[in-house]
Amino acid sequence: MEDFDLLNFVIQATYFIAALLFILGLKQMGSPMTARRGIVWAGVGMVMATLITYFHHEINHNYIWMTIAIGIGGAIAYVSGKKVAMTDMPQMIALYNGMGGGAAAAIAAVILLKQDEMPMTIQALAVIGAMIGTVAFSGSLVAYAKLQGLMRGVIRFPMQQFFNALVFVVALTIGLAIILNGTEYSMTLLAVFFVLALAFGVMVTVPIGGADMPVVISLFNALTGLAVGFEGYVLSNPAMMIAGIVVGSAGTLLTQLMAKAMNRPISNVLFSNFGDADGGEAEAVNGSMKEIDATDVAVMMAFAEKVVIIPGYGMAVAQAQHKVWEMTKQLQERGATVKFAIHPVAGRMPGHMNVLLAEAGVPYDIIYDLDEINEEFPTTDVVLVIGANDVVNPAARTDPNSPIYGMPILNADYAKNVIVVKRGKGTGFSGIENHLFFADNTRMLYGDGQDVANDLVTSLKEL
Amino acid sequence: MEGFIALYIFMLAAVTGYEIISKVPVILHTPLMSGSNFVHGIVLVGAMVAMGHAESTAQTVIGFIAVLLAAGNAVGGYVVTERMLEMFKPSEKKEGDK
Repeated sequence: MEDFDLLNFVIQATYFIAALLFILGLKQMGSPMTARRGIVWAGVGMVMATLITYFHHEINHNYIWMTIAIGIGGAIAYVSGKKVAMTDMPQMIALYNGMGGGAAAAIAAVILLKQDEMPMTIQALAVIGAMIGTVAFSGSLVAYAKLQGLMRGVIRFPMQQFFNALVFVVALTIGLAIILNGTEYSMTLLAVFFVLALAFGVMVTVPIGGADMPVVISLFNALTGLAVGFEGYVLSNPAMMIAGIVVGSAGTLLTQLMAKAMNRPISNVLFSNFGDADGGEAEAVNGSMKEIDATDVAVMMAFAEKVVIIPGYGMAVAQAQHKVWEMTKQLQERGATVKFAIHPVAGRMPGHMNVLLAEAGVPYDIIYDLDEINEEFPTTDVVLVIGANDVVNPAARTDPNSPIYGMPILNADYAKNVIVVKRGKGTGFSGIENHLFFADNTRMLYGDGQDVANDLVTSLKEL
Repeated sequence: MEGFIALYIFMLAAVTGYEIISKVPVILHTPLMSGSNFVHGIVLVGAMVAMGHAESTAQTVIGFIAVLLAAGNAVGGYVVTERMLEMFKPSEKKEGDK
């Protein structure tokens, strides 16, 4: 038996505790009451694991540069993370996730550059992890660029999916060649492998529209986890294996839940073009849009017993959530019951709108999701739709030719009165005509979300 | 590490991840995605090991990039997740009300 290595024991024990803290932390993040504590626990695990790694027996030099790298990377991320507006959260998550994927790929690159003798399973996982990490890296950067508005529109060309598949297959073949050749692969081949994987990540993300991006970010998040888990195996590091695979599996489920909430199967998101001609013409809309002004809306709400507010991303863009909350408090003082109804895809991703409302100070227990609130619309006096569009479009229920047919929606049209706050008369994000706007019980209140909310607050005060 | 033990670790970790997420309300999806994004920041540990036994300049440079990116993942992931989660508050005004 070998001598007992105390240092190694302490390191392994620390990794064990860190892995446990990650799992317990994630578990606690699953409930609003304990969520805050959860992230702190996971954070403690991360700090412990990082510090103890300085004593890892495989690290024998580069301590100073390592610390500098942590300092630079950490400082940039800290400042950007503190500064980012809540509305920009999805792309920020994409960016940090891309960094993780890139790190996993870079670890694989260092290992593969050494061309050390290693068992084939290890080499295989190093290569597969490299591929997944690289795709997550470049794909996440594209997702970031798109949501940040650095890259506009979607790029599509004929045979695109064929080209994507071709690049994928070639990269995979080269990867296989590297695995099978042991230590005998050329550096050029390795470089080509990484370049193709980078290209594939870009190519697969570029044709995806902004609305589907959250699902893609979530998918890349899961992929990064997987890559981290695989590289953890290569480095014989159980903490990385466990954390990576837990995230890989949790992320996959989260991706599915998001895709389901949006009524967009993942395969559709990745391989089909939203709104492409399939089937007949969408139903023509009957009726006309009827305008109303803020004073009348204020009166209507002031005497309502039950008001449901349906916020969409437009509200957040206009930074109107604070004013909306002020208005809500006024209505509550007048004795009205006010509830917020959140569609799973309100905001840029499921749960994003809850974050934005929480930022404005709206307590989470007056916020309801689709299943909880849909039965209540027939007994609601006034529904205020602000900055939302497709998620209240009854065409999703009634018109089989509509591109959004089958998507679960908030049944705002069942309410007694519907007020839609909207900037202009256009069709909005997806370009689909909204039947709700033409309904008899709907009135349109045109204007910027912030201004409208302001007018409503003022009018309510004057009543 | 012995292959089958690794396979067991992967399997149990996958089941754990699935179980953790399966009963989470939609309102926490965004913070949870962000939180899990933070957790794979553990890649930092691997990046440090890779850089710590780099042999050539090229390996050291790539190792440096790996550590830098991984630190960004971990720190950024933590900061944004904590910012989001600390905002979630119930209606009743509890202690620590601003």
